[in-house]
Amino acid sequence: MSEREKILEIKHLKTYFPIKGTLFKGKAGLVKAVDDISFDVFKGETLGIVGESGSGKSTLGRTILRLTEPTDGEIIFEGNHLEHLGNRQLQKHRQHMQMVFQDPFASLNPRMRVGQLVGEPIAVQKILSKAERTRKIESLIEKVGLPKEALAKFPHEFSGGQRQRIGIARALSMNPKFIIADEPVSALDVSVQSQVLNLMLDLQEEFNLTYLFISHDLSVVKHISDRVGVMYLGRIVEIGPKHDIYNNPLHPYTQALLSAIPIVNFEKKREKIQLSGEPPSPSDPPTGCAFHTRCPKAFDRCKVERPELIHNESGQQVACHLYSQEDNKKILNAESKILQLTKQS
Amino acid sequence: MKTLMGNAKNINLIIGLLILISFLLLMIVSFFYTPHDVTAMNVANKLKGPNSENWFGTDEFGRDIFSRIMKGTQTAFFVGTLTVTIGVVFGTLIGGIAGYVGGWIDEVFMRIMDALMAFPGIILALMLVAVFGSGIVNTSIALGLIAIPSIARIARSGFVQHKEYEYVLSAKLIGVKPFKIMFRHILPNVSSPLIVAASVSFGVAMLAEAALSYLGLGVKPPDPSWGRMLKDSQAFLKSAPWYTYAPGIAITFMVLGFYMLSNAIRDILDPRSN
Repeated sequence: MSEREKILEIKHLKTYFPIKGTLFKGKAGLVKAVDDISFDVFKGETLGIVGESGSGKSTLGRTILRLTEPTDGEIIFEGNHLEHLGNRQLQKHRQHMQMVFQDPFASLNPRMRVGQLVGEPIAVQKILSKAERTRKIESLIEKVGLPKEALAKFPHEFSGGQRQRIGIARALSMNPKFIIADEPVSALDVSVQSQVLNLMLDLQEEFNLTYLFISHDLSVVKHISDRVGVMYLGRIVEIGPKHDIYNNPLHPYTQALLSAIPIVNFEKKREKIQLSGEPPSPSDPPTGCAFHTRCPKAFDRCKVERPELIHNESGQQVACHLYSQEDNKKILNAESKILQLTKQS
Repeated sequence: MKTLMGNAKNINLIIGLLILISFLLLMIVSFFYTPHDVTAMNVANKLKGPNSENWFGTDEFGRDIFSRIMKGTQTAFFVGTLTVTIGVVFGTLIGGIAGYVGGWIDEVFMRIMDALMAFPGIILALMLVAVFGSGIVNTSIALGLIAIPSIARIARSGFVQHKEYEYVLSAKLIGVKPFKIMFRHILPNVSSPLIVAASVSFGVAMLAEAALSYLGLGVKPPDPSWGRMLKDSQAFLKSAPWYTYAPGIAITFMVLGFYMLSNAIRDILDPRSN
């Protein structure tokens, strides 16, 4: 695989939520929001995580920051294990990891002025003098494309896109290395989405940031990501470089997702894969491969055995029994080679 | 000051302030002067209707009702303010911690509140006054204690709801201390129902004080209290209705004044309403 420096390693991360039972039945069950997920994030890249609602992608983001406690597994940020740290220790490492939230209306305290909101992280850190703090707040708000006058206003005086810029400035004021963006543009108008995405890309370059970008929107993820992971029912079913995922999806679920993106091209007809049924409940996931109930290519083994992620040569990983046998692996590699050749030609 | 001026159109603020300032002035004056001695009895003059000498008439002992209403303002302000302060401070603290921390602390705190609520308020106050002695301070403390559970519940529900909001998560992520998150971030956002509850409990406190005074456990006679005047006048509701009207209207206006002012304060504190 790549020799780039890993900034974050996730190993067998699990987040289960107990369902509160009735008086006589103590525990009614578990919702496996994040179910045995492992992946790495490399320095300076953007890893996009896509999945439909309820697939656990937001829980994944929150668990990495331990806003939700993990049930099991390891979270290693810059070589430090975060999963068992006490509050004070955790905060020391967590200041390099920040989050940009989904809803720009809920993520900014309505009773605080923008200056306070952006300056709060700096105030908490207590490393800058008051004058330095003011200067930093002003430079941050200008970096995200808002005028200085904005600092004296309240969040409700801004539009959704402007608020998201304030949220980004707030996250940046901690000098983070790693930002988890949880659907940062899904609440915004399409015209504003691209502005915010481009701002995030510019800031990534300027501050050398690493993003974990969570979204349900495949085209947004395609725009911003270097690598993409696809989640289904608390598991990662496929992860790999953006071009491989979008041009050569291996997992039947990814194939179905991508075939659902509307394209403006009347000559080229594309086969649309329609999935039947609803996604199963994460409190009662199907046995074996979680996707087998809706998979058009499912066979007997899928119902019994849970597939593990397997690699191919280009760094694409997929959790599907279609590719898990030895000869299938060869086919997989051959397929991707052919793809690369056709791309070159 | 700027926000106050900006809300000059706010009718709640003007009327609320007007009522409360009048009562406040009445109270201050009553420390030095009342038209008649509040305790001087004159049986020959009893139960007289309003006239130029006794503006609100006289009670069954011939005492001047207007003077007693004036003097009663002191009791009303004292009991009301102390009760509401105790109720709001402890109610918010207990409810806030229970809601924000959750888990067994929530269970323990709220079950204690349930236990407090299970007692009829007056009986609890009776018990407390019986143990610690009667008097205006003990009465207020007892009434404040009774006000705690309902305010704690309101505070708890607000904190439970808001602790999952993204702005709280964001503050946590930044490393803001839990106490500061609770009282600097969440409290201002959940204060509206608390302010309303406080103004309601102000009215309840005055009526409860009346009941306690009636039982001889509140303000000691012959010091006037609106509540006891209201109770005492019951017997003469038909023959001397003005006797009931005077304390009744005084309590109504006092509670109304507080209610309007608290509504206005709530609006002023909310930056979105400007």
